[in-house]
Amino acid sequence: MATSWTPDQPIVQCVDVRKSFGALEVLKGISLSVRKGEVICIIGPSGSGKSTLIRCINALQPITSGSIQIEGIEVTDPKLDKLALRRKVGMVFQQYNLFPHKTAMQNVMMAPIHVLRQNRDEVEARARTLLAKVRLAGKEDSYPGELSGGQQQRVAIARSLAMRPDIMLFDEVTAALDPETVKEVLVTIRELAEDGMTCILVTHEMNFAREVADHVYFTDRGVIVEHGPPDTLFTAARDARTQRFLSQVL
Amino acid sequence: MQAIGNWFQHLYETTGLNFSVFYDAYDWDRYFAGLKMTLLLSVTTILLSLLIGALGALAQGSLSRMLRIGVDAFVVVFRNTPPLVQIFFFYFGLGTMLPAVETAGMRVPLLSNVQWAIISLSLFAAAFNVEIFRSGIEAVPRTTLEAAEALGYTRFKAYVHIVLPLALRVCLPALNNNLVNLLKTTTLAYAIAVPETLYAVKQIWSESQNVFEMMVVLLATYGILVGILVWLMHRWERAMRIPGYAR
Ligand SMILES: Nc1ncnc2c1ncn2[C@@H]1O[C@H](COP(=O)(O)OP(=O)(O)O)[C@@H](O)[C@H]1O
Ligand SMILES: [Mg+2]
Repeated sequence: MATSWTPDQPIVQCVDVRKSFGALEVLKGISLSVRKGEVICIIGPSGSGKSTLIRCINALQPITSGSIQIEGIEVTDPKLDKLALRRKVGMVFQQYNLFPHKTAMQNVMMAPIHVLRQNRDEVEARARTLLAKVRLAGKEDSYPGELSGGQQQRVAIARSLAMRPDIMLFDEVTAALDPETVKEVLVTIRELAEDGMTCILVTHEMNFAREVADHVYFTDRGVIVEHGPPDTLFTAARDARTQRFLSQVL
Repeated sequence: MQAIGNWFQHLYETTGLNFSVFYDAYDWDRYFAGLKMTLLLSVTTILLSLLIGALGALAQGSLSRMLRIGVDAFVVVFRNTPPLVQIFFFYFGLGTMLPAVETAGMRVPLLSNVQWAIISLSLFAAAFNVEIFRSGIEAVPRTTLEAAEALGYTRFKAYVHIVLPLALRVCLPALNNNLVNLLKTTTLAYAIAVPETLYAVKQIWSESQNVFEMMVVLLATYGILVGILVWLMHRWERAMRIPGYAR
């Protein structure tokens, strides 16, 4: 799959993406583009299709029509090299989804060894560094069941980073956490963003979105109602639906 | 050893309780040969039924409809019919239809009664193992599999490294029960004259006229064999336990 993508072009480009589950159309023509190093936030009421969009971006679900390109790779291509795509795109889930039978270290090391067949010693050294980076030094040998939600979510972030992705997808990664532990995860994501990682975040943390996002998309019932830089969207939303949603969550 | 033999001989002379296997070398040899046959049947059928069960459970999750229907049919047939009938079907039904082979100038059946017993009992237990493994696989959350896929795992690699290890932990208790049943069901091989423990003990009591005593030996033998199997399975369960994992 030869691509002519260069870093000055959008790293993620969605054009008129539609997705139906049977008769239910969940995404009704979503278009957005993300540049390298950008952090974008997707907000909106639950059921508006945010998770579905995120899952379509890394081909966990096929789209019905439209186009999604990641660094020039067309996700809808029937001959798509899923491994090549997933090396570029890391994903963190609301429910962490760690592998419960493996320690924190093993969770981080597994994919580089099994999928990328990298050298074990190098992977181990990097996993240690990554766990330290997400402030989990000392927890290397703990199993997920022995960690708090916030700690598990940070292991999940380190696990994704171990694959050296170019883009990180976060789907409401703090929604299942206690209020006190939300912060420790957000700090980690902010550091990633500051390091220049391209991030697509679905979140209900409006203050966080306002701080870190370069661009915010408000979605409702499968469409992007409006989007713009956070300062504009949060203070001067034009659409009544956006205003109503923001007044409820802010 | 000699002391034990003497003690049982003394017991016989003073009380009439005749545990001939413990002092009579001929009876002991027959009993021990039976025990070895039971162990052979148990170990091979346990391993084969685990292998067939795992392959069946994997095939049930495959994309091929034919394969899935085939596995379902296999499970229904072997679960819904009595194991003794299955053994008869294989030995008398299929066994007589297979061509005989020439060995050292003698015409012998292609498969011996021991081999038929192993095949038949393995398939019988495998049918249950398929269901047990499937319930374990279904207990692994879809989202766990999805996390693996998002990390670039292929379906197959995700099964090997993530789904099956988790599924195994879920289904060990049920597997434990089925394997205990299988060990006890190996006595059915008696019906096609496989010289396993029950067969050997029956021969001994017919000749030595000590039905009650040999019954006690027989029950104790299986009690101990099952005890050992359960102990091994529990050790395995403990070794597989994940710290902090609620299940
Ligand atoms: N696998 C699926 N099958 C059928 N319907 C689905 C599936 N996934 C999501 N949906 C539906 O799609 C809609 C959008 O869901 P989702 O993308 O999870 O929204 P959000 O993340 O914004 O809350 C919901 O109505 C949901 O019920
Ligand atoms: Mg969602």
